Amino acid sequence: MKRLFPLLLMFVCFTSPAWAGDNPPTPLSNKAAIDLVQTHADYVWTLVAAALVFFMQAGFALVETGFTRAKNAINIMMKNLMDFAFGSLAFWALGFGLMFGVSASGWFGTSGFFLSDFQPGGDPWVLAFWMFQVVFAATAATIVSGAMAERTKFTGYLIYSVAISALIYPIFGSWAWGSLYKGSGWLENLGFIDFAGSTVVHSVGGWAALAGAIVLGPRLGKYGKDGAIRPILGHSMPLAALGVFILWLGWFGFNPGSTTAANKDTAMIFVNTNLAAAAGCVLAMFTSWIKFGKPEIGMSLNGALAGLVAITSPCATVTPFSAVIIGAIAGVLVVLSVLFFDRIKVDDPVGAVSVHGVNGAWGTLAAGIFNIGGTSAKLIGVQILGIAACFLWVFPTAFVLFKFIDKTIGLRVSPEEELEGLDITEHGGNAYPDFEVSSYGGMVTGTAGVSPTPVAVAMTADPGPASTI
Amino acid sequence: MKKIEAVIKPFKLDDVKEALNALGVAGMTLSEVKGFGRQRGHKEVYRGEEYRVDFVPKAKIDVVVETAMYEQVVEAIVRSAKTGKIGDGKIFVTNLEQAVRIRTGETGRNAI
Repeated sequence: MKRLFPLLLMFVCFTSPAWAGDNPPTPLSNKAAIDLVQTHADYVWTLVAAALVFFMQAGFALVETGFTRAKNAINIMMKNLMDFAFGSLAFWALGFGLMFGVSASGWFGTSGFFLSDFQPGGDPWVLAFWMFQVVFAATAATIVSGAMAERTKFTGYLIYSVAISALIYPIFGSWAWGSLYKGSGWLENLGFIDFAGSTVVHSVGGWAALAGAIVLGPRLGKYGKDGAIRPILGHSMPLAALGVFILWLGWFGFNPGSTTAANKDTAMIFVNTNLAAAAGCVLAMFTSWIKFGKPEIGMSLNGALAGLVAITSPCATVTPFSAVIIGAIAGVLVVLSVLFFDRIKVDDPVGAVSVHGVNGAWGTLAAGIFNIGGTSAKLIGVQILGIAACFLWVFPTAFVLFKFIDKTIGLRVSPEEELEGLDITEHGGNAYPDFEVSSYGGMVTGTAGVSPTPVAVAMTADPGPASTI
Repeated sequence: MKKIEAVIKPFKLDDVKEALNALGVAGMTLSEVKGFGRQRGHKEVYRGEEYRVDFVPKAKIDVVVETAMYEQVVEAIVRSAKTGKIGDGKIFVTNLEQAVRIRTGETGRNAI
């Protein structure tokens, strides 16, 4: 055996050039191989980031249910489940093509429906890119669920989910991001900066949320005749906080992932994302502390999200120092905005309009102001143009859509259904059957001003249908 | 027989239970209730809006004792449940018509 080994070794050494095939390595083939490794890395990063952004759906679901009442928890879960499921299918069938298809006009794409750009055996990059984009579309769609919580008909919400994923979101998206694939947008061609979508995703969701909240009207008992604003307490601050942590984590896919490439740019984007979230959280907490005497959890959580939304547009083109400033301003802005919308009687149970709409706009503007390469009137002008174009497209379209749904199948549930809880009336279920839940409609009794009529809803652990009193 | 209902601060429950056991009171029933007297609750804040909460969580203990010892029991509850601060609670004593031990069917003082 010992003598055989050197013979074997010589055999391998002298014949291996033949085994390597006809092509010994050349500089060109080496470059191709290295490029392939980079391509593979790009795929890995893009798809991992897509998975992180997908996980944000869990974050949204938890934030929304934490800030709303237990009697509607199943409804919140169903809306979040379905706006992703329906949205995925709608974006596959129609949305992706409108957003990234060949765009002669610069206003919408006309190719790539049903993922027709992919042929089996062909280049699968379009699949990775679609996967990354579909979770972005789903993020925009699910933002609206929070603002419309606790009083929206499930069927109406499903119709909206399809419409935003198939039409409203992708058409605006094509203006700003079309050239990321085969399209070309009029807005991006003017130099509009929105790296990961403060406007494309968050403002689109935020303004649609505003339209929905306005068409729906406020929850029963939220506002009093004498101008009183009554808090309707969410049923789980831990779930809401967990949701924000998950969103923060997911944002590490949302922002850095938008490079869709494994390169060093991701590092600064990661840092900017985290710093803006932290600054937003801290400033929102201080703002609520100063205004209300105690550091309040709801505002602090919204502050973190506001910072994240605001940095989404400028994350690749501002310094970390600027990211702190941008996030800090977002934190103050979100608190003031939540109070503002309550004053004008737009009931937004989770602050979606303030977090996503208002701070989406702020972040887009900040991308112009704090631009690393230097700012200019032209740049700021284009940013403002983009902000305005988004509002002017999304808000009226969504408003008309919600009005249409309202006039046809109805958008809002009846007062009796709203009081009893959507879990029972819309879904025939009880989210917490093991817990004896005594809900006075979530209203607190004893507020100054007009007292709401307490409605006691007791759910028991009966094996039969939940009884209500 | 007397029925004694004591509405007390929830964190005083263990102290009251120990005091009652020391007197030989073998059983009691606990309910979780909300209430207020002259205490009238406190102020809270939620997402930027202040509101008052009038009903404060309390614990209610029901015990049934022989008439001869009810004053001792009341005194024991007062001693163990008192903090001296507002919201300590109240005790109500009523006459009890009948008591029955379900397992054996015993009635009256043999049931308590």
